[in-house]
Amino acid sequence: MTDKLDKASGPADTPPAGSTPHEPIRAIPVRHYGRWISAVVILALVVALGYAFSQGNVRWATVPEKLFDGSIIKGLFNTIWISVASMAVGLVLGVVFAVMRLSKNPVTSTIAWFYIWLFRGTPVYVQLLIWFNLALIFPVLNLGFYKDEMTQVMTPFLAALLGLGLNEGAYMAEIVRAGIQSVDEGQTEASHALGMTQTQTMRRVVLPQAMRVIVPPTGNEFINMLKTSSLVVAVQYYDLLRAAQDIASTSFAVMEMFFVASIWYLALTSVFSVGQYYLERYYARGALRTLPPTPWQKVKANLSRFSNRKAVA
Amino acid sequence: MTAMVKAEGVHKSYGAAHILKGIDLEVAPREVFCLIGPSGSGKSTFLRCINHLEKINGGKLYVDGDLVGYRQKGDKLYELKDSEVAAQRRDIGMVFQRFNLFPHMTAIENVMEAPVMVKGESKAVARERAIRLLDRVGLGDKGNNYPSMLSGGQQQRVAIARALAMEPKLMLFDEPTSALDPELVGDVLDVMRDLAESGMTMIVVTHEMGFAREVGDNLVFMDGGVVVESGHPREVLGNPQHDRTKAFLSKVL
Ligand SMILES: Nc1ncnc2c1ncn2[C@@H]1O[C@H](COP(=O)(O)OP(=O)(O)O)[C@@H](O)[C@H]1O
Ligand SMILES: [Mg+2]
Repeated sequence: MTDKLDKASGPADTPPAGSTPHEPIRAIPVRHYGRWISAVVILALVVALGYAFSQGNVRWATVPEKLFDGSIIKGLFNTIWISVASMAVGLVLGVVFAVMRLSKNPVTSTIAWFYIWLFRGTPVYVQLLIWFNLALIFPVLNLGFYKDEMTQVMTPFLAALLGLGLNEGAYMAEIVRAGIQSVDEGQTEASHALGMTQTQTMRRVVLPQAMRVIVPPTGNEFINMLKTSSLVVAVQYYDLLRAAQDIASTSFAVMEMFFVASIWYLALTSVFSVGQYYLERYYARGALRTLPPTPWQKVKANLSRFSNRKAVA
Repeated sequence: MTAMVKAEGVHKSYGAAHILKGIDLEVAPREVFCLIGPSGSGKSTFLRCINHLEKINGGKLYVDGDLVGYRQKGDKLYELKDSEVAAQRRDIGMVFQRFNLFPHMTAIENVMEAPVMVKGESKAVARERAIRLLDRVGLGDKGNNYPSMLSGGQQQRVAIARALAMEPKLMLFDEPTSALDPELVGDVLDVMRDLAESGMTMIVVTHEMGFAREVGDNLVFMDGGVVVESGHPREVLGNPQHDRTKAFLSKVL
């Protein structure tokens, strides 16, 4: 990375003093007939599909009616809550197991390997069901200071959290490991040479730099989580999909309710994508000489260019 | 007076590769000690052993009278814990060929990091010292720049300031100017010269023979993991006794 940085930027965008003035090139651009044809074909298909939907057994008016239904909103918040909580569990486990996986201690790294192997190798749906039915193996939970029936302990929320969180942890461990390994060894050395301990080095030097590699796939993981969380229907957790299904089964508005759920899932993933953009920008500091503009800055730049052009005209 | 660094028959291997084959040397306090030798002769390895970035396989290594990386009780050696090794390294500054500045921190944050994290110093105190040190290396106006916005020579001077912030009693330089464009070497050497004049004990691995001759108090020529020749820089460089030294110097001078 550093060798890129050695070459201090010169005044690259100002032309050298002796350069001769030049005429801008005037040429007729290439015509892209293929693009026009394919655009027309695709548009026709979209119209046909839209027509099919409008003629199908769907009462469209139901969709906006139910979009803000009380139970839908409750399910929506539960979906956000279980996704965020599971992701948090996944992140913590991911960091812990990534560090363990890279440990020089063979026992520690084997444990981490086993965890990743197990939880990545089985379907998350099955894992959810196993947690939910854990009482079949451990009828009573006894932690010494705390004792209760497993069926009482393993609420839908806890089963969902363990199922999604532990599964996510296995994926995050691999992402975090790749991130840690992407950081130059010289960084660890410099930090150790300053007298920082292993833990301080990991927290202050390695992980912040690993973030640049970790954040983009983690954003994808979270977007996946928002959608995968719909599997918690299997453990009776009342999420967005469950709320939609409940209404569907009583009102016979089956497709309508699936559309309602889809609209909310799309809204969630879209809002999060914007957040991810800013997060990636934050962790790029120091790595990029100039940060890319935020969407808002782009809009402002375009507006000012537009008004300048008007002023000239 | 105890030597600042004392090596007694230091051996180091990586697996089957025997890199250091019995290094004996002594560096006195306030001394500028230059280490030269062909690439692969073990110079970096030796420096890294001094602050225990590498474990030695044989011999003994003392810094300011303390055994590096171990505690001796009777005739038994006990390995130090991670936190104890870290504590030993506080007093030894190191400057790397490739700078190794923390790219996610500004210049001033790089310099503040260790005093705040390791010594638990308040940010205000650390910042004040960082400003002073950046001034000293001629970068008083670059404190808020990230390393990527600095030239190589500037980065290396920040790296020196970062090491000095821990107020070390010994500074290790591993080819600090080898990765720099020729016109940037002078600024870094000036900072090092200034540091030497202030009385810092320094071990400098370098190919800058001019610097070694002018600033060095002692010079060692290493080859194949052993010390081949040592003495005052002007003597070793001006009148080498061994054929290997002569052959090496004829290539670099
Ligand atoms: N981590 C390592 N593992 C194996 N061999 C190494 C390692 N570090 C250095 N070496 C070997 O040790 C020898 C000495 O390296 P080094 O101390 O860097 O030499 P110098 O700094 O004098 O050029 C080289 O042959 C190098 O390949
Ligand atoms: Mg070297």
